[in-house]
Amino acid sequence: MKTVDLVVIGSGAAGMAAAVEAKKNGVDDILILEKEERLGGILNQCIHNGFGLTEFKEELTGPEYLQRFVDQVKELKIPYKLNSQVIDLSKDKVVTYSNKEDGLVKIQAKAIVMATGCYERNAGAIMLPGDRCSGVITAGTAQRYLNINGLMVGKRIVILGSGDIGLIMARRLTLEGAKVLCVSELMPYSAGLNRNIQQCLIDFNIPLYLSRTVSKVVGKNGRLEKVILSAVDDKLQIIPGTEMEFECDTLILSVGLIPYISLLNYIDCPTSSTRGAVVNQYMETMVDGIFTAGNCLHVHDVVDFVSDEARLAGRSAALYLQNKINNSENKINIKPGNGLSYVLPQFILENSLEDIVIKFRVRRPVQDQIVWIKSGETVIMKQIKPVMIPSEMVMIKIAKDKLVGIKEDIVVSLEDR
Amino acid sequence: MKQIHDVLIIGAGVTGTMIARELSKYVLDVVILDKNNDAGDATSSANSAIIHSGYDPEPGTLKAKFNVLGNAKYPKLVEELDVPFIQCGSLTIAIEDEQLPVLKELAERSKINGVPVQLLNKEEVLKMEPNINPEVKGALFAPTAGIIDPFNLVVHAMENAIDNGVTFLRSQEVLDIKKENDVYKVKTNKDEFYAKIVINAAGVFSDKIAQMVEPIDWAITPRKGEYFLLDHYADGLVNHTIFPLPSKKGKGVLVSQTSSGNYIVGPSSELASPDDVSTDGETLGNIRRAATLMVPSIPFNQTIRVFAGERATCTRHDFIIEYAKSDKNFINVAGIESPGLASSPAIAEYVVETLVRPLITLKSNPKFNPCIKKYHRMHYLSEEEQQKAIAEDSDFGEIICNCEHISLGEIKEALSRSCPPVSIKGVKRRTRSGYGKCQGGFCQPKVLLLLAKHYGVSPTEIPLAEDGSYIIDHEIKEAK
Amino acid sequence: MKELTCIVCPRGCRLKVDDNMEVTGNTCPRGKIYAINELTHPTRTITSSVRVSNRPYTLVSVKTDKPVPKDKMFEVMKEIDKISVEAPTRIGQIVLANVLGTDSNVVITKDID
Repeated sequence: MKTVDLVVIGSGAAGMAAAVEAKKNGVDDILILEKEERLGGILNQCIHNGFGLTEFKEELTGPEYLQRFVDQVKELKIPYKLNSQVIDLSKDKVVTYSNKEDGLVKIQAKAIVMATGCYERNAGAIMLPGDRCSGVITAGTAQRYLNINGLMVGKRIVILGSGDIGLIMARRLTLEGAKVLCVSELMPYSAGLNRNIQQCLIDFNIPLYLSRTVSKVVGKNGRLEKVILSAVDDKLQIIPGTEMEFECDTLILSVGLIPYISLLNYIDCPTSSTRGAVVNQYMETMVDGIFTAGNCLHVHDVVDFVSDEARLAGRSAALYLQNKINNSENKINIKPGNGLSYVLPQFILENSLEDIVIKFRVRRPVQDQIVWIKSGETVIMKQIKPVMIPSEMVMIKIAKDKLVGIKEDIVVSLEDR
Repeated sequence: MKQIHDVLIIGAGVTGTMIARELSKYVLDVVILDKNNDAGDATSSANSAIIHSGYDPEPGTLKAKFNVLGNAKYPKLVEELDVPFIQCGSLTIAIEDEQLPVLKELAERSKINGVPVQLLNKEEVLKMEPNINPEVKGALFAPTAGIIDPFNLVVHAMENAIDNGVTFLRSQEVLDIKKENDVYKVKTNKDEFYAKIVINAAGVFSDKIAQMVEPIDWAITPRKGEYFLLDHYADGLVNHTIFPLPSKKGKGVLVSQTSSGNYIVGPSSELASPDDVSTDGETLGNIRRAATLMVPSIPFNQTIRVFAGERATCTRHDFIIEYAKSDKNFINVAGIESPGLASSPAIAEYVVETLVRPLITLKSNPKFNPCIKKYHRMHYLSEEEQQKAIAEDSDFGEIICNCEHISLGEIKEALSRSCPPVSIKGVKRRTRSGYGKCQGGFCQPKVLLLLAKHYGVSPTEIPLAEDGSYIIDHEIKEAK
Repeated sequence: MKELTCIVCPRGCRLKVDDNMEVTGNTCPRGKIYAINELTHPTRTITSSVRVSNRPYTLVSVKTDKPVPKDKMFEVMKEIDKISVEAPTRIGQIVLANVLGTDSNVVITKDID
């Protein structure tokens, strides 16, 4: 069996950033495996701009952003294989992939970075009520049809979910001649970025209905004919008598993204409430030498943070290969406290080699909060945040020396000021 | 005048296709019509996918008879038709002490029906199924029950029948049937057909079809069953099909692994209009509660799909497999609800050997081959077999479906057979491409373009499922 | 007093502009520029795609290299729709110069080999 020091699974922003960083940190024997025919992952279909302000200090489209990484991969001569799907993974890091040219190939990896991105929650996952007809499609799939293949999924469109892909698609479909009737959001607040509400909805007079969801999908002759939107109460239950009917041929679902980690499920790698793997501060999973970053760990709001997180994973993989990460160090759990939906990493190994960035999301929009990072009664850090919203990932850096002597679980929680 | 077929079958569900296959053993001109664009598109593909053992139907009924006979045919049938099938056995469980006598009654009934069963006590049940509600009091174990891939079953039966000379015509909705000069004239939305013998296997519409020939004293009152389908990353949740005690409304909500390793939970049982396969939150909530009572730890957050299927429940409360009163050349095979899947091969044999044989000369078809060519299911092949397949055709190395790891070669293979898919759903049901957690989110555009190319049509012509269920509205920026 | 949502970066600051064009609520200088532009001559960068004539069912992405007047978005889209290109394409390649006299070029944003 062929042996490779580092196998990177996936070549989106996370995969390429991790590979480049590993290479820069001394790992020479790397292989990137990409299932599609191009490097770059989903960014290939995200043709809108707004990427890269942190990473490259300029505003780029998705394809331009990914090309910056492709250029680095090529410049550093990092090997990659396209059209190569990883179909199996073992705990001892044997990676099996398949493609046309090589057939079925097994590689013994010494370290792995999982950068497999996420998938979209779909009609089945949200148990969309009503008929099973065509014309109900997830935003990302509609985006691929449109931006890669030039195929429009409809003319009169309702969008369920105000996540960023849904908002971006509202604008994109409108510019391509469709009529977007409205965006309906289950929660009382939008799941998308403020600027996307502005430039994708308000710019085009597309109404956003909050606290409303699809209560019924009605099809005719196989295709969507109308959707019924109903208001929901504060327990998210449908309120009878609040129906709004929209005649439309398409319902686009933008109802959330879920880390895509079937491969880690095969090896019973523990996962967390983000549905990504449980990781330590090195982005290492509970399986020795398997690292993960990007949207397959937790779904990010901004791709620059994906790239940054993946660099940490790539750098850590290099440290691991140099035997500098000691997995037998004491583990200290980090837990989400009051007001948080999750926190990453879920645990840290003592004697951290680097400063630690704690990432979390809040459960609901909040203002004037104190973020407490405590271990028992010991305050590790206290930070004031004027505004936090669930769609935004919050990051707080902790200097490694502040963690010296910490033994008990660390809890991150919010308190009103 | 047009060609006169020996036999015309209305409905290409499991009943119709099994009959077609049975008829193809003889030198006959057989045509089978379906109003949908694929075989097994209605009831046969949206059910529990259980090959029941036969302990449940009332002794003496056609259901009891054909269920037991049909069940016994499956091990050989699935070899011939290359259908995934696991004889995992079923457990019908009692949660309360008062239910124990009912279990005993069922055991008695099993004996009369000729079904091997075993009564289990609490400890035995929990040993076999550790995730069952610990309140369980006992169970009836029926080892001959099995789980099957119902899509492959019907499509492969159709394929086999076509390979043996049967003609399958899709999207042909029968509108009228008349007898003219001793021959049936069957008018559809597209065409007219003539046949000496007509077999009505039209599922939930079989009463409408029967009424085209004569007044009938029975009716189909379709019942809808809603289901959850869960992903396949929770091995060992249950190892057998778990039933509650049956009630008048049916066998109740079951929890079972499927032949593909997913879990299925359902069905409900609601009166519905024909063709209504919608789902609603309230019903699904009830299913969830009923299932959780049996298996408390079902991971419903792994739901990848909810769906509904209709059953051709008949006012006679039994299968109807008989000549029309006014004419022997019209045969009704109606009311085939559960255990229809299990019964179908036995029903088909009975229809041909007992009902058709007296009507027409049955001469053995010397070219009849009971087997279809085996499909490549890459996922289930050994490494060496996979390597060999890819070496012979590199398309088997290119994965199209990320979730289920279905290759381009497997999809092309389905397209190359005699009952090929014409829709995204058709591909999914044959190959499992798009059957996983992303439900085609990633692979659907690839499959759609592949179908468009294969059939030489615009992507706007490719349906998701039935005719009219187009996915692509129009092409933009067409190259002038 | 006008209230705006800044679209310059993902932060999406809530901006307030008073009658003297004084901007508050911004957390960076670009927000101020955006607010004044938005009230005087609002512009948007358009991203779209054009067909690649020698690749079936393939589009290549494009953008306007400068923002165009907001009220001309649909007109610019019509011009973009008329374009088709041949692969290979390179990022930055101009496929339509000075679209509708806006001083903005439509440029390729994706390499297709």
